[in-house]
Amino acid sequence: MNIKDVENLAKLARIELSEEEKKELLSDMESILGYVKQIEEVKVDVQPSGLNSDYNVWREDILEPREFSPELISGQFPEAKDGFLKVKKIL
Amino acid sequence: MIDLKNLTIATARKKLDAKEFSAVDLAQAYLDEIKKKNGELNAYLEVFDDVLDQAKNADQMIARGESYPLLGIPLAIKDVILIQGKKVSAASKILENYIASYDATVIAKLKKQGAVFLGRANTDEFAMGSSTENSAYIITKNPHDTSRVAGGSSGGPVAAVAADLALGALGSDTGGSVRLPASFCGIVGLKPTYGKVSRYGLISLGSSLDCIGPIAKNIEDTSILFNAIYGHDVLDSTSINDTTYEQIIVKKDLTIGVPWSLVNGEGINPEVKENFTQSVKKLEKLGCNIKDISLKNIDLALAVYYIIMPAEASTNLARFDGVRYGLHVDGKNLLEDYLLTKRQGFGKETRRRILLGTYVLSHGYYDAYYGKAQMVRSALKKEFARAFKEVDIIATPTAPFVAWKIGEKSDPLSVYLADIFTVTANIVGVPAISLPSGWTEVEGKKLPLGIQFMTPHGAEELLFEVGKKFEAITDRVLDSR
Repeated sequence: MNIKDVENLAKLARIELSEEEKKELLSDMESILGYVKQIEEVKVDVQPSGLNSDYNVWREDILEPREFSPELISGQFPEAKDGFLKVKKIL
Repeated sequence: MIDLKNLTIATARKKLDAKEFSAVDLAQAYLDEIKKKNGELNAYLEVFDDVLDQAKNADQMIARGESYPLLGIPLAIKDVILIQGKKVSAASKILENYIASYDATVIAKLKKQGAVFLGRANTDEFAMGSSTENSAYIITKNPHDTSRVAGGSSGGPVAAVAADLALGALGSDTGGSVRLPASFCGIVGLKPTYGKVSRYGLISLGSSLDCIGPIAKNIEDTSILFNAIYGHDVLDSTSINDTTYEQIIVKKDLTIGVPWSLVNGEGINPEVKENFTQSVKKLEKLGCNIKDISLKNIDLALAVYYIIMPAEASTNLARFDGVRYGLHVDGKNLLEDYLLTKRQGFGKETRRRILLGTYVLSHGYYDAYYGKAQMVRSALKKEFARAFKEVDIIATPTAPFVAWKIGEKSDPLSVYLADIFTVTANIVGVPAISLPSGWTEVEGKKLPLGIQFMTPHGAEELLFEVGKKFEAITDRVLDSR
């Protein structure tokens, strides 16, 4: 790994980092990856399985009252207009 | 004056029902204690301003003749569990002023019983850590030695219970975050079977690993809390019910498996080994059969964990982008909004894990890391299933060492190693409990040690069974205060 890799990851994760943070993260990541790399050596002959079930869990599409309201949710918007979430233009 | 030191949830229930004291008296006693000690211990990030109102409501329920196990019982709630109308920040700056818009399922269940929520307790940011040193706000201190960490990430709720700032608590456990601090602070912490307790309303860290778990002074209280919060929930698609796993019949003669090769491995403190060896002897005296078991890939559990958890964390935390809720730092355009918000909102450890997760999931590394880790995870599940054909319970120490000094461990990897015994239960999904197994004296202070028991999926009752037996013959630091 090198600084460029850290920069690329930070870009993918949308986090801005200072030069010093990049250096620190590089050395941390090298040490952590050095440890977790031990799984490369193992030979396992199993396929990954699901969590508690290997099938999709659905629930009926029925309207049920929930305790939260649009007001409670829109109250948390950093910026709102007429009850809508306001964001900067994308294109 | 209520004797909080010797009070348990079970005894408080009797006294509340017998009107020896009211729920308001009890809540006030805890508020007074919090006022005295929280300044030093930093267990709570916020003490709620409506505690006495909640207690009054509980008293009214009692007056109407209602009685539930947790009616009027004052609890601490880890700052990752949503209570409608209350702030919940995951101890992060990115959610500093976030107010929960709904109740977590566990909270709704506790509210029905009339439990009293004292406040939100400190944690590592987004529950990422083993010492509560990663909170963006305060460092929780160990009540047994305030120069040491309380453990993490549920350090706040655990310290609160250990120092009589709450009668019980709820934490979350992704890789040991309930059990490790419970061990460091000399109390009991349970990680239930994955899916047994609904995750609805828990701020996600690693979704395939996360469990909400009870924290209490003893096994009886832990089981009371557990019975109040578990159950199938349609709002959590990974939720299980009583028939998901085979019912375990509690046998009279229990066989306990010990993976000695792991316990005798590198990096395990000699006092921990000695205490654990003594604990195993005690279990033998109690009539348990002890069996040395080998789990081929168990020493890889930590490596598997530190691939899967950051991968899931980086995905889960992508939602904190300054758009819909939480911190918003304004930039020139939308991309800059993201970059600046995340830069200002996320702390060091959080960034580290986001980047690590992004790396192991990225093209070219996915198969080598994440894909392989999922395969080893499956292999481990099979090994555990095989082991549980031969033994009823698996025992290990909870932590490889005692609580460390605040600031002592600066290298992230050295902190990760604290989870060596606890992560496996999360990877495999089985229930696990940590309970006090004695103490060791370091620099004139008695520091608690813990033992961990694991059982097959769905067999929490068996953990309580062996826990009660073990508890009855163990010297606890809590009792010697």
